[in-house]
Amino acid sequence: MHAAVLEMIYNQRNEIKENWSEKMTLVRNDVFKEKVPKTLFQDTNEEFAALIFNSFDAELEDGRAFLRSFAEKLIRMGWPLSYFTKGMQTFRRVVLESISSGSEIPSKKMYETFYEIEEWVDEMVNQLVDEYSGSWETTLHQQRLALKELSAPLIPVFDNISVMPLIGTIDTERAKLIMENLLDGIIEHRSQVVLIDITGVPVVDTMVAHHIIQASEAVRLVGAECILVGIRPEIAQTIVNLGIDLGKFPTKSSLRKGIETGMELTKRQIINV
Amino acid sequence: MSVQSSVEVHTEWGIVSARQAGRNLAKEIGFGSVDQARVTTAISELARNIYLYAEKGEIIIETIEQYHSSGAKKGIKITAKDRGPGIKNIREVMEDGFTTSGGLGAGLPGVKRLMDDFDIDSVVGEGTVITAVKWLR
Ligand SMILES: Nc1ncnc2c1ncn2[C@@H]1O[C@H](COP(=O)(O)OP(=O)(O)O)[C@@H](O)[C@H]1O
Ligand SMILES: [Mg+2]
Repeated sequence: MHAAVLEMIYNQRNEIKENWSEKMTLVRNDVFKEKVPKTLFQDTNEEFAALIFNSFDAELEDGRAFLRSFAEKLIRMGWPLSYFTKGMQTFRRVVLESISSGSEIPSKKMYETFYEIEEWVDEMVNQLVDEYSGSWETTLHQQRLALKELSAPLIPVFDNISVMPLIGTIDTERAKLIMENLLDGIIEHRSQVVLIDITGVPVVDTMVAHHIIQASEAVRLVGAECILVGIRPEIAQTIVNLGIDLGKFPTKSSLRKGIETGMELTKRQIINV
Repeated sequence: MSVQSSVEVHTEWGIVSARQAGRNLAKEIGFGSVDQARVTTAISELARNIYLYAEKGEIIIETIEQYHSSGAKKGIKITAKDRGPGIKNIREVMEDGFTTSGGLGAGLPGVKRLMDDFDIDSVVGEGTVITAVKWLR
């Protein structure tokens, strides 16, 4: 930035900061609806102001690192990006006001000065947005992994009997996982019977039915038996309307009945003692 | 007064949103759980066909009313619109088991059975509009 601008900002540092802090109370009302404690807000503003003034004389790399740790802090606290963008816009307004009211910058240099300040603010905002979105992508990626682990678990309940409870919508990616986890799990747990429980699946359309049919055929090919349980009455009716024939597939109304059948198939039974 | 919502379908998320919008409206106008499931499943079939065969399109869900000498009846109308390749032989795709994608081929004939009224309007190279209605009994 132009030396004269920097000098002006530097000389009026306290005044600018004062002005900015005052205007930031509007941001507090606007962005947080006053739900953030006043002291926390003021402390964060202090840090924000230090970051801004630092950015003028810090080395480029240091400035970036400083910005990054500030972004991380905001994300940790769950503060919206608009706190930062509004903060920068407010700072720009304050600086422009003091430039136009002062006489340090000759009026023929005014346009150039405005332009420089604009560019500097944009750069800060862009950097922070990058930090923010990078951090969100990481979070999203981790959540996706966690979801994937939960999406089609095969649980061994007895020797040779496993259950796969399905909860929620089945899309193509999940259908693939169901197949993989079934086949891998059958080998790993030496299952002879697997129960697929669809109590928690909201919609069974022809795609879901098709995937379940294919999965149970594959299960049969690796030498195990597949029983479909938890078909709700309204789902049973829509399956019939769709004209899907599940006649070939063993089904049971409840997980309990399915487990009893599984015990019979593996030549065991549950008895009361 | 008629309520209308339109959902863009060009990802699998769009299919889920369309289904949700349909289920909410069906519930709101008083369909029982079986008919809610029928309407939701029909939307799922039509939306998935859009996603698979036309890449993108939209699902419009609205309430409709019809007046008779004996009174009025209410229903839910689903319109699936796309500007995809169109359907060459409508009789063929309405046969159980006909599929060009290795699916079950039960979607379109299934939707016809799940709903009360059903209509396909398709022009090869221009796109497809499918409407289906379920009346409240
Ligand atoms: N919106 C559409 N645009 C073009 N072709 C379609 C559309 N919807 C369905 N089709 C054609 O009709 C066939 C039958 O559809 P459907 O009954 O849903 O069975 P499936 O989707 O299992 O193939 C599809 O394989 C496809 O060739
Ligand atoms: Mg289909």
